[in-house]
Amino acid sequence: MKDILTELENRRADARLGGGQARIDAQHKRGKLTARERIDLLLDEGSFEEFDMFVAHRCTDFGMEKSRPAGDGVVTGWGTVNGRMVYVFSQDFTVFGGSLSETHAQKICKIMDMAVQNGAPVIGLNDSGGARIQEGVASLAGYADVFQRNIMASGVVPQISVIMGPCAGGAVYSPAMTDFIFMVKDSSYMFVTGPDVVKTVTNEVVTAEELGGASTHTKKSSVADGAFENDVEAMAEVRRLVDFLPLNNREKPPVRPFFDEPGRVENSLDTLIPDNPNQPYDMKELILKVADEGDFYEIQEDYAKNIITGFIRLEGQTVGVVANQPMVLAGCLDIDSSRKAARFVRFCDCFEIPILTFVDVPGFLPGTSQEYGGVIKHGAKLLFAYGEATVPKVTVITRKAYGGAYDVMASKHLRGDFNYAWPTAEIAVMGAKGATEIIYRADLGDPEKIAARTKEYEDRFANPFVAAEKGFIDEVIMPHSTRRRVSRAFASLRNKQLSNPWKKHDNIPL
Amino acid sequence: MFKKILIANRGEIACRVIKTARKMGIKTVAIYSDADRNALHVQMADEAVHIGPPPANQSYIVIDKVMAAIKATGAEAVHPGYGFLSENPKFAEALEKAGVAFIGPPVGAIEAMGDKITSKKIAQEAGVSTVPGYMGLIADADEAVKISGEIGYPVMIKASAGGGGKGMRIAWNDEEAREGFQSSKNEAASSFGDDRIFIEKFVTQPRHIEIQVLCDTHGNGVYLHERECSIQRRNQKVVEEAPSPFLDEATRKAMGEQAVALAKAVGYASAGTVEFIVDGNRNFYFLEMNTRLQVEHPVTELITGVDLVEQMIRVANGEKLPFAQSDLKINGWAIENRLYAEDPYRGFLPSIGRLTRYRPPAEVTKASHVVRNDTGVYEGGEISMYYDPMIAKLCTWAPTRAEAIERMRVALDSFEVEGIGHNLPFLSAVMDHPKFVSGDMTTAFIAEEYPEGFEGATLGAGDLRRIAAACAAMNRVSEIRRTRVSGRMDNHERKVGDDWVVTLQGERYALSVQADPKGATIHFADGASHRVEGAWTPGKSLAEMLVDGAPLVLKVGKISGGFRIRTRGADLKVHVRSPRQAELAELMPEKLPPDTSKLLLCPMPGLIVKVNVAEGDEVQDGQALCTVEAMKMENILRAERKGRVVKINAAPGDSLAVDDVIMEFE
Repeated sequence: MKDILTELENRRADARLGGGQARIDAQHKRGKLTARERIDLLLDEGSFEEFDMFVAHRCTDFGMEKSRPAGDGVVTGWGTVNGRMVYVFSQDFTVFGGSLSETHAQKICKIMDMAVQNGAPVIGLNDSGGARIQEGVASLAGYADVFQRNIMASGVVPQISVIMGPCAGGAVYSPAMTDFIFMVKDSSYMFVTGPDVVKTVTNEVVTAEELGGASTHTKKSSVADGAFENDVEAMAEVRRLVDFLPLNNREKPPVRPFFDEPGRVENSLDTLIPDNPNQPYDMKELILKVADEGDFYEIQEDYAKNIITGFIRLEGQTVGVVANQPMVLAGCLDIDSSRKAARFVRFCDCFEIPILTFVDVPGFLPGTSQEYGGVIKHGAKLLFAYGEATVPKVTVITRKAYGGAYDVMASKHLRGDFNYAWPTAEIAVMGAKGATEIIYRADLGDPEKIAARTKEYEDRFANPFVAAEKGFIDEVIMPHSTRRRVSRAFASLRNKQLSNPWKKHDNIPL
Repeated sequence: MFKKILIANRGEIACRVIKTARKMGIKTVAIYSDADRNALHVQMADEAVHIGPPPANQSYIVIDKVMAAIKATGAEAVHPGYGFLSENPKFAEALEKAGVAFIGPPVGAIEAMGDKITSKKIAQEAGVSTVPGYMGLIADADEAVKISGEIGYPVMIKASAGGGGKGMRIAWNDEEAREGFQSSKNEAASSFGDDRIFIEKFVTQPRHIEIQVLCDTHGNGVYLHERECSIQRRNQKVVEEAPSPFLDEATRKAMGEQAVALAKAVGYASAGTVEFIVDGNRNFYFLEMNTRLQVEHPVTELITGVDLVEQMIRVANGEKLPFAQSDLKINGWAIENRLYAEDPYRGFLPSIGRLTRYRPPAEVTKASHVVRNDTGVYEGGEISMYYDPMIAKLCTWAPTRAEAIERMRVALDSFEVEGIGHNLPFLSAVMDHPKFVSGDMTTAFIAEEYPEGFEGATLGAGDLRRIAAACAAMNRVSEIRRTRVSGRMDNHERKVGDDWVVTLQGERYALSVQADPKGATIHFADGASHRVEGAWTPGKSLAEMLVDGAPLVLKVGKISGGFRIRTRGADLKVHVRSPRQAELAELMPEKLPPDTSKLLLCPMPGLIVKVNVAEGDEVQDGQALCTVEAMKMENILRAERKGRVVKINAAPGDSLAVDDVIMEFE
């Protein structure tokens, strides 16, 4: 009996060593942790329960039958993050370079199926050279099995991918379909085709880092939602994100004790809007001053900075924030910012996370590059996302809300629950100058007349009261009381029930 | 008494004067420029008059505009504060003509003291000690040696037309005087085309010590002892204190009596300051007299209990001084730290912008200590580029100098200022500097102790351990809160462990946290333990802790896996990790910050309005590279050295954040 128990311990020890000490050392030398070390950091200490530790591949080609390491290059299982259940798979680069075999894929599929069945998020830690080439189509089939599960799990449980090493070729499409992708700076990259193929096909010379490093994907491509300095920080920050997310689409967003007064008055917000209407100000100050404890988890911080997206808490409960950023491109909507915000709004709606929108938008960015790029359809994504969302929606217009962009930004007309405006709000079809030049085209030669007309238009529309008279603004609020007003609004919406007509799914302009 | 006075100033001093006027039941009138529409002094005053555009030479110092404001409001007297019109005899004359009282000295006194040469002459005649020197022409080296001997070594041999150290020599004996005279003369001739030379006493180990005087219109005058203002940066005072740690009773008395004599000699009537330079042997020499209220007057008020603004108003109203010299004792010790909107990490560059957070420490008046903060700004207010970058004067008082310094350290740590660069960390570092603590400083203190500028304080092991202990306790609170999130698996909750590893400033402390209802005892692996108490909760930006019974105030920010802690002039990343996390963190590569010497970084958030160079251009040292518009101001960025532009990342119309790369050099 004792021997048998020892045998288990030996086998476990062997499995835990993955590709062996030499490869572990090599992994460390690259500044990377091993699959198991990463799980140690991701999950509550001692909470990891492993599946399929002894799974080995079934390939017999190219001499593969001689090496059948236990686990087959991926560690899978479940555990807790601050006591809440999550499923995790962590690819082991020390075993066949983390390459994906049929059995490797089966292990991932198993925990994904359980995650959907049991209603808990899936966190994938990607560190893989790609397909297990020796297995041929069996490996490709494995990828597709994972893809199909990503698709089925989408909108059911949150899926988070962390790219912690290579992720190339077909492998990128599993993370691509998850809700969030995070990368580790300097040690991860993702691309569909690598630098060598790029060189052969297009003659472009580019490094892996330039082609698909963290900087590229957080700033240029928007494939990644954030990047972290190293593995330790990445795991800590994923834990922090999990604290914001519901476990599945049948749950309300999490609530935790908070140490901040919901009625906290911030007098400094009364001077946030500069006297000069063309002077920018930092919308993040408003977000931080409204949020519980000034805690803000920003998503896609480095991409399309003219719109801000991320999570805060109000009275301890998660709220998604979307806000125009006047510091960048005057906060206008364009292709990139519309796409970024639309995806965020849809995530929140999937998982019953209420949405708070701060509006200071002068309109859509004009120009051929925008029109040729299809700003009509991309802008429509954000409009569509807001309009279909049934979660509690609270909107505060701080300054400009011009034209079609006013409609888009969670306006009353898109089923906004609470639409507030600061006294500094200007809700109009366009700025006074532009409007005057169209309405009084005949007076264009007379600058004095135009100035007088502009003033007239300003007096009439450069305020929130015309909209408030029509009921499009529910209440004009003092900036200093924003936190209290918004917190109370969401509190009143906790039992909101709203559903859209039955449909197979909608047809958002992708 | 006056019913209404106008304060011809702005910022903290206007607020300061308004406070006293209010206390005396006098109504106040503020004046303001466009940039100060929402300023604190405007909010505090009973009335406010707009006097023009932001630049002072179009508003605050335009006599006609101030006179119009006086007329419009019917103010009976004017307090000029410091700077602006405070020492402008024309303004005092205009007031006299209009029959409005000037809360300051008579015109004659302002004029007499306004000119350096005249004032020195008057001082000499009044028996005030002045820097010995010879102003006449010096024929040859022999005469130079003779004069030097008469003055007494060391002497400074200077070119009359000189400046910037050119044509200047210090001589400690006859031989050096002879050589110095010749080389100064040659250098002066070639540099300035003017070889006239003069010689004066070279003051070694100079300290700046000044005497506060107060005179009435009835011929009474007293001195309210001295202030030491040796901690200066480029002639800008930074730290002041009263009394001076250097003066003895005899010197104090001699300086005070000479100062009063000088004031009387010019018929002075108001508060004024006689500035002296004092050498290492306590020889003192007259520098100049400031015929106004001095910025650093609060330290005098704190040690004498006299409200100088009140006395100025009363004197202007013709009242007699309510005390004699013998009534004026030195009580305790007061220190003033000037908070400047200047970024110490960027060569003390003025910093402008919005005060997103401004929470001064609570003002306290107790028998044990006083904390006073004279300020003219508020949270949400704007620091503009038009005026003096000084935004507050933080003062502490305590029975002894050591206690006053300790109170100041805690007060500085408790002072929250965000949104702009400021010198709080530098002030904290000075308060901890051994030379300052021992009182052993000269006017060269900052230049000598911080020759390369300021890069943040480095804390000693004792401070680091206390901070580590506090952070361990704080981390426990925030980790336990995280485990109370909804949606947990019942019976399988996370248990927050007791063992942690804290890393900060390159040090690593393994420790164990033993919490109880009142706080926590932190046991370090090496056997030492610290007791931490305090009511910090997650999200609080200020942690007011007691570590082993002594106050430790930390400014707390969140970083991944720990806290950003600012205290005692240091800005620390403090990581608090479980032993397993710490073990794995050690495997992480050290990432060096990128080399930015070949980059032009955007110094402030702003809009690129112009790019003056193209890729491939050779640029010269000081050449304009591009223009960034920020806060409606155009800032021209210049090349710091010669080089070639290899890449330009920004085009006109781009808005950039701080440290965005604008262009790259070869």
